[in-house]
Amino acid sequence: MDLFFTMLVPLTIGAIAVYAAFRRVDVYSALVHGAGSGLDTLLRVVPALIGLMTAVYMLRASGALELLAGVLSPLLDRLGMPSELLPLMLVRPISGSAALGVGAELISTYGPDSDLGRIAAVMLGSTETTFYTIAVYFGAVGITKTRYAVPAALCADLTGFFAAAWAVRLCFG
Amino acid sequence: MVVLSILCGLASGRGPEVAAAAVEGAAAAVELSLSIAGMLCLWTGVMEVMRQSGLADKLSRMLFPVLRRLFPQAAGDAAAMDSISANVSANLLGLGSAATPLGLEAARRLAVKSPGIASDALCMLVVCNTASIQLIPTTVASVRAAEGCAAPFDILPAVWLASSLSVGVGILACKIFARIWRD
Repeated sequence: MDLFFTMLVPLTIGAIAVYAAFRRVDVYSALVHGAGSGLDTLLRVVPALIGLMTAVYMLRASGALELLAGVLSPLLDRLGMPSELLPLMLVRPISGSAALGVGAELISTYGPDSDLGRIAAVMLGSTETTFYTIAVYFGAVGITKTRYAVPAALCADLTGFFAAAWAVRLCFG
Repeated sequence: MVVLSILCGLASGRGPEVAAAAVEGAAAAVELSLSIAGMLCLWTGVMEVMRQSGLADKLSRMLFPVLRRLFPQAAGDAAAMDSISANVSANLLGLGSAATPLGLEAARRLAVKSPGIASDALCMLVVCNTASIQLIPTTVASVRAAEGCAAPFDILPAVWLASSLSVGVGILACKIFARIWRD
């Protein structure tokens, strides 16, 4: 089973290549042509990334996140969300690798089969790096008026966080 | 965000850390861009192969009935719908690096009609991409396995429950906001 999951990506690529060759497509030149358009996409994204990540790094170093955690934890306790998970909730929408770091730390501290470890894992598996995604998408196509995209996406994230805690309690009692 | 960081940093005596972070952040952005460049180009290449072989069309047709309801404004634009359905199927399979270029392509097409302003369809696309719809969270499972978990995939039902609730609420929020939002 685990081997299947690790092989999923190369198998997908292989299957696509075989199918295309079977349909008489010049696989290699199609691949190279498409890869070139990937570079264009990348070039459009880099400037937005530089602006955003500078701001995120500064915010992280300033201690503003810890300040927010202190204010929010009593409220979370009342909603049935262990406050140990707050750093994960705060970092999840901003940085995927940082969230994975925080989540892995939680899983190793409390154990992968503890409630906390499971909720952390489900949170990571059922949410995305919201602000990063929004910045990449809107940055790449030059959108400056984002209208309701951010509040709607945060509704989905918040639901995902609380649903993670609820689903773990439901599935593992 | 930057002003808040500076104020908060000065108030908590972390001014030097904030200054260092400003430099690190910009460097990290370029590092990240370089580290995703290879995967990004590979996947846009693979998707080009899928497109030329007609595989992309097949996937799109399977997802079309659902997506037409989510993106009524884009249903007439075949190329945009193609990219959207390819983006959604890559997300389902957990091919994050494939989903992004496809999603950006779809976003570019959707943005042509309203330059500079996020249309309802574009908001829906972005929200669908910020809410994870991945069927198999391989990264998290590998972290759990590394921590000595015997059945790292036993969280799958819980992940599916939480994901579908979060995506459902995201879609609902988009539909509601689309009606009541005043610019």
